[in-house]
Amino acid sequence: MDFISTHFLSLILFLPALAAVFMLFLPKEEIKLLRWFALGASLIPFLLSVSIWFQFKSSIPGFQFQERYEWYEALGSTVHLGVDGLSLTMVLLTTLLTPLAILASFNITDKVKAYMMLFLFLETGMLGVFMSLDLLVFFVFWEVGLIPMYFLINQWGSANRNYASMKFLIFTMGGSLGLLLAIQLLGVLFETYDLLALTQRWTSLQPDSTLLGMSVSTVKAIAFWAFTIAFAIKVPIWPFHTWLPDAHTEAPTAGSMILAGVLLKLGAYGFLRLILPLYPVEARYFAGALAFLATAAIIFGALASFAQTDFKRLVAYSSVNHMGFVVLGIAAAGLAHGTPDATIALNGAILQMFNHGLSAAGMFFLVGVLYERTHTRNLEEYGGLFTLVPIYGGILIFTSMASLGLPGLNGFISEFLIVRGSWPILTIYTAVSMLGLFFTGAYILKALKKVLHGPLNEHWSHGEHKLTEINTREMLVMAPLILLMLWIGIYPAWILDVINKAVMMLF
Amino acid sequence: MTFPVLSIITFTPLVAALILLLMPVNRKNEARVVALASATFALILSLWVYFNYDQSIAGYQFVEKYEWLPALGISLHFGVDGIGAPLVLLTGVVMFTGVLISWGDDNPHVMAGIQDRPREFFAFLFILAWGVLGVFVSLDLFMLIFFYEIAVFPMYLLIVIWGWSVTREYAAMKLTLYLLIGSVVSLVGALAMYFAQYQNTGVLTFNMLTMESARFSPSFQIIWFLPVFLGFAVLGGIWPLHNWSPDGHVAAPTAVSMFHAGVLMKLGAFAALRVGIMLLPEGAKYWQWLIMAFAAIAVVYGAYIAFVQKDFKYMVGFSSVSHMGLVMLGFSTLNADGLLGSGLQMFSHGAMTALFFAVVGMIYDRAHTRQIPELGGMSKAMPFATVGFIIGGLVSMGMPLFSGFIAEFPIFMGVWQVHWFVAVICSISIVITAAYIMRNIRQVFFGDMPEKFEGHITDITILDKVAITTLCIFMIVIGAYPKFMAPMVQTGVEYIMRLLGGS
Repeated sequence: MDFISTHFLSLILFLPALAAVFMLFLPKEEIKLLRWFALGASLIPFLLSVSIWFQFKSSIPGFQFQERYEWYEALGSTVHLGVDGLSLTMVLLTTLLTPLAILASFNITDKVKAYMMLFLFLETGMLGVFMSLDLLVFFVFWEVGLIPMYFLINQWGSANRNYASMKFLIFTMGGSLGLLLAIQLLGVLFETYDLLALTQRWTSLQPDSTLLGMSVSTVKAIAFWAFTIAFAIKVPIWPFHTWLPDAHTEAPTAGSMILAGVLLKLGAYGFLRLILPLYPVEARYFAGALAFLATAAIIFGALASFAQTDFKRLVAYSSVNHMGFVVLGIAAAGLAHGTPDATIALNGAILQMFNHGLSAAGMFFLVGVLYERTHTRNLEEYGGLFTLVPIYGGILIFTSMASLGLPGLNGFISEFLIVRGSWPILTIYTAVSMLGLFFTGAYILKALKKVLHGPLNEHWSHGEHKLTEINTREMLVMAPLILLMLWIGIYPAWILDVINKAVMMLF
Repeated sequence: MTFPVLSIITFTPLVAALILLLMPVNRKNEARVVALASATFALILSLWVYFNYDQSIAGYQFVEKYEWLPALGISLHFGVDGIGAPLVLLTGVVMFTGVLISWGDDNPHVMAGIQDRPREFFAFLFILAWGVLGVFVSLDLFMLIFFYEIAVFPMYLLIVIWGWSVTREYAAMKLTLYLLIGSVVSLVGALAMYFAQYQNTGVLTFNMLTMESARFSPSFQIIWFLPVFLGFAVLGGIWPLHNWSPDGHVAAPTAVSMFHAGVLMKLGAFAALRVGIMLLPEGAKYWQWLIMAFAAIAVVYGAYIAFVQKDFKYMVGFSSVSHMGLVMLGFSTLNADGLLGSGLQMFSHGAMTALFFAVVGMIYDRAHTRQIPELGGMSKAMPFATVGFIIGGLVSMGMPLFSGFIAEFPIFMGVWQVHWFVAVICSISIVITAAYIMRNIRQVFFGDMPEKFEGHITDITILDKVAITTLCIFMIVIGAYPKFMAPMVQTGVEYIMRLLGGS
């Protein structure tokens, strides 16, 4: 027990990868065994992270459960793990969504072993980003998560998967090139990659001194944009979002769940963990530009979503719309660093990350449930399905409402906080973004109308195409998501308390 | 006198080659067993050297010295430092895996391995290995060049006899001419250093440890650095003298390609470092910008050319140019980070490219074509080789947790300290590499299998799997746990930094 209590984070981080390696030795014909093993292996990190959630003392500043291991001494990089309220929330989200995604993939019959192994490796990659307090290790995990996702899309995706997976890979790798170079610059300057030491030394550089033949402020501005573009592609912020609809649409259902649920959060997390602390001056200076892009993402994301005829693409564009709010909150916090309004906006942004993780994963799963039965995602081919599948319809309406931001459900709380916090700081942008909220309602209702209401498409009501109701396994996937949406919507204090204290201490 | 491990490693391949040549012609399997046994022996010894190298003392270890031609100051002087020891290990690994994949397959449809005169093939391959190991352990300039020439000569025979029948005469001649001209130029430089040292100190010796403190005048160093460095760097595939290398790779039989790209190119880089930079540090500083420019062009241009290749083996060949460009780029930084990265990249690239050529060879043996658009669906027939190639691909892309990242990252850090602009330009190659590697993985391994291959493509043999696994283990261990190799290379780099700083 002693070992567990001193190695919580590394256990959570490496257990999925170890389980994946162990799966190499399981026979590939035993599909049931492989599925249940993967599910069990992803549940242990979930239980551990629930356990640290309760042990976490939100009133203590700084990082908790810290661990430090030698890694690349020659470059001054160590595997330094630790969580604060911000990363703990994300760790909880990741470890919750991974078992659900694995459960959602029980219908996969092709190459199950490789599929499950990739998912477990992916989990380690994502968790590593949230836990590392070393810039080089952060980058290592940042990149490592790419490869499992590439193969998940490329191998188990739908028709246009080659194009989508390549686009995903090239966009993300190209985006992280600037990040890589900027990290190297920091490493060369300070001969350490420890985040806390770096932050302190980097921000205390004299702005009028020179670096690489340029003034420090110019170098910092370039490095700021190198970081920003890498994270903006991942979030994604307009106009860097074009990989997202393709990747989401072509990915297998569980892949989309993780992609929207967690991978997009990596970008937003990068803004919060790295950009705001490392570049407070630049974040203030460029906040207007960031807010402009965020507003554009909100408006254009919603409009693009409204125009889709493909159900999954519609949900994909809705991610652009929702993540735009996260970035708006971050931009506001960058501009008015440390003010109470900024704190509210940041609280909203972090909660929105968690909420969007729940609702986007839920929406993609529900789209997948329908697609698996009908083999079409075209909204025009549905219609009136509510009468055939009332339980499914109910769940879909509930999840859509959470995504739309109906009061009483989780999305409302976070979007309200963001808008409330940003209003005094970035009034015009916030006002325009609120128009986006209107479009959000429009596209979600449009989707519900096309799928569930209107005249019944007789094609699905009888014969071999008869639509079947959502099954127990699928309801089990949705149950935790629905519970959390409701719980956060009614009583957000349990999670906001942790987030708020982290925000107060960080910024 | 301690156990003479380095000379035993070095001469094991020679003895094995002589034994092989004494065996009867028709005993093919016995010849293979002898080859495998001696390769395994060399691998075990090189592992022993690697793990017994004392990092706390650093410097040259396992030193042996025997007089050879005392009148001219030539001696058989062996020793390895933190840069040489990983390369000796690499040679052991590539020898072992090269013999394994040349074994062949009982399946008559598969033209795998070496079926034609395996006895002579292994004998020549081992003479090549003898030369390679000799260069890595020599501390005597004359002996270094002696072994260098020995490593070049069997290449010609190996390619021209066992190579790809379409281009083998052309490629073998091109390769040999390039390399011989390069080494002759270097030899002239070596002689100039030999006599300059005699003038300076009055000692007539080829001992490189003595030459390090020979106080060559700056103008002498500036004149002679380029011929010496570039002469050796031809074998390292430096742009614009890289032209022989893709042709040579493609024409060579699989095991020779592995050897060629895996260790022979390191030979050029190692000699360029050992003789060029370490003995002529002032020259290196003067010409730094030129070497850096050549290397940067090789990195980016090599990646572009690899991107447009249709022939699978040419693609791997040009990717070697790009990756060896990174080694040269690290050298050209002349600082601790860059040299550390180069040392690691030499090992990483050696293992990776050996794996690439092994898998390409396995595919060619079964499909009888290397045209990427004609291939497809190999993952179903040969899943193990697929995973191996993907791991190699991730190393090549510089994906974190694999050895490529561990090596490339310090190289780029080193470049940052010299000129940030070069680092930015060269980083483009990472994305190009990712694009062509992933595109080829998708097409060759996961695309639709053409009908003519259905049922014809058989899985690889157990020996092939052992070879792939061995190479992968090294790449993953270094990537996940850099301490396995980085501190050792660092000790070698510290020594070089003293030479660079002290002169």
